[in-house]
Amino acid sequence: MVRSRFRNFSIGSTMLWIIIFVVVPYIFVVLFSFLERDPVTTVAWRFTLAGYGEILSPVFLKVCWYSLLLALGTTVISLLVAYPFAFFLVRLPEAYRRILLLLMIIPFWTSSLIRTYALVILFKANGIINTFLLWTGVIDEPLNLLYTQTAVFVGLVYTLLPFMVLPLYTSIHKLDWRLIDAARDLGATSRHIFFRIILPLTMPGIVAGSTMVFLPALGLFYIPDFLGGARSMLIGNFIKNQFLTTGNWPVGSAASVFLTLIMCLFLYVYFLSSRKAHTGGMGDMA
Amino acid sequence: MEKPPIVCLQGVTKRFDDVTAVDSLSLDIYQGEFLTLLGPSGCGKTTVLRLIAGFETLTSGEISMNGSRLNGTPPNKRNVNTVFQSYALFPHMSVFENIAFGLRMKQYEAKAIQGQVMEALDIVKMTGLEMRMPHQLSGGQQQRVAMARAIVNKPQVLLLDEPLSALDYRLRQEMEIELKRVHRQLGITFVFVTHDQEEAISMSDRIAVMNEGRIEQIGTPIQIYEEPENMFVAKFVGEINVFDGSVREVNNGSAVVDIHGESFPVQNRKKFGIGSDVKVLLRPEDIQVTVDEEWTNGEPSLAGRVEEVIYKGKTVDLIVKLDDGETIFVTQFFNEDQENVIYREGQRVHITWLYGWEVVL
Repeated sequence: MVRSRFRNFSIGSTMLWIIIFVVVPYIFVVLFSFLERDPVTTVAWRFTLAGYGEILSPVFLKVCWYSLLLALGTTVISLLVAYPFAFFLVRLPEAYRRILLLLMIIPFWTSSLIRTYALVILFKANGIINTFLLWTGVIDEPLNLLYTQTAVFVGLVYTLLPFMVLPLYTSIHKLDWRLIDAARDLGATSRHIFFRIILPLTMPGIVAGSTMVFLPALGLFYIPDFLGGARSMLIGNFIKNQFLTTGNWPVGSAASVFLTLIMCLFLYVYFLSSRKAHTGGMGDMA
Repeated sequence: MEKPPIVCLQGVTKRFDDVTAVDSLSLDIYQGEFLTLLGPSGCGKTTVLRLIAGFETLTSGEISMNGSRLNGTPPNKRNVNTVFQSYALFPHMSVFENIAFGLRMKQYEAKAIQGQVMEALDIVKMTGLEMRMPHQLSGGQQQRVAMARAIVNKPQVLLLDEPLSALDYRLRQEMEIELKRVHRQLGITFVFVTHDQEEAISMSDRIAVMNEGRIEQIGTPIQIYEEPENMFVAKFVGEINVFDGSVREVNNGSAVVDIHGESFPVQNRKKFGIGSDVKVLLRPEDIQVTVDEEWTNGEPSLAGRVEEVIYKGKTVDLIVKLDDGETIFVTQFFNEDQENVIYREGQRVHITWLYGWEVVL
């Protein structure tokens, strides 16, 4: 009785929270995307598709394309870094494994905004890296590290890497090592074992991790802002500018809706692939 | 004349950190035989199998196959295949792809693969299920697929690591017969690991009883059961009663042993001298029980009282408490010319056995 009342309360309050802070604002976003811009009242209550018309411009599509590439690049780099790391983690003795997982999670206790500022301090012309390299004499003048594509990638990968590592770690941890013995017994080389056994069996982790990196990478605007400067305009920055700089709420809303649709598409693909993986028999192996 | 062994283990030792799993073990495995490594868990039997398969590296000693050293050869280059305890079927592949895996690794042509997989499926009687996924199969079917996946590669030696232990009793008996049939049909060497002595006895040509990384005895099931060479083998394989005795007389090939004050003639294969302490071992089914009322002759016997009668259908098991406190276990077969043998608890009985049916250690 008490338990069920507590459950109802906790579920109810969570629902209320989501409705007030997620559903209602989002309804406004969708609503605004169909309204006209008004210099005085921000939006005028007149239906129009002008907002969507504007985001179909070549400029915005280029921004989209660039965002997709950047998110994709971030995902690929994270995957390439995280996969060997997760593998290494699984093979470590329990005690070390816990410490490393903890070390990976600790930075989350600090706002990612602050951590991005920290990267700026590292990359600045008179930042830590340059100072060190100049001091050791490896370089004669400061390297141009900040406001580069590389800095943006480093920032995104750094921030999102744990989201890749954790699902990969889970799926590699679940891997039945006896299957590898079985494959070797049947004449498989290391390459065969990786591509025919390990990779397909850890695919759910790869897909989950990639989704969890790719989708935020599309929307994170402050990392490219801080580390890429004005050079890298992403969907996230575009939306932010529409709301905060140009005050064009309908266009910003339309771009948000568009971004949401892209994310939904990827989530749908993820859903399909995870369902396929499940019926593929990975679900109920004893 | 003996054929040369196909696999030869010489002084094989395997240590994990400071635990010696296999201790300077030597073993010859012959072409076409069904050899079982039998022992309690932790006796090193699976390690021996994994050493032959190449999953473990030797600490010392040598393993050779067809006369050539195998020591550094990785598992994928050895002409042996393993049926794993948990089957280890690839969960993301169909039955067909599981079985075809080894052939694909050898880059056989699609047509040859198709033919050989179908043949293997036929041998294990799984035709028609090739498109199933492993999780859609029962335990027994998974077992058959694991067999097919190994034998399709036509290994010289098939290694089986407790393949039946996950199956229930009925299925296990069925698979024992199937395994024997496949063994006969293929004519390849089987090295089978189990802790189940019934399984070992009913299937093997030879059994190697292992304990603490060593082979205690190797021989045919009959030798292992009837003529155990030491107490470990005697006690591990089947039920056995042990009587302490001492040798009173030694004659040509036989001896007289005192047990609880009675003198019994026994065979003296191990040439014990007068006065030595021996153990006289008797299987429950080798013991004769005569009820007191019918006991007429004055032959040496051990007297006691029936403690418990356990009716088993084709046999009746008796627990008899001897007068000097020892409890023994007896199995009596129902005999058609002895239909009146009905034992009751509390009955006084005499225990005897036929000369030569005992084992003296």
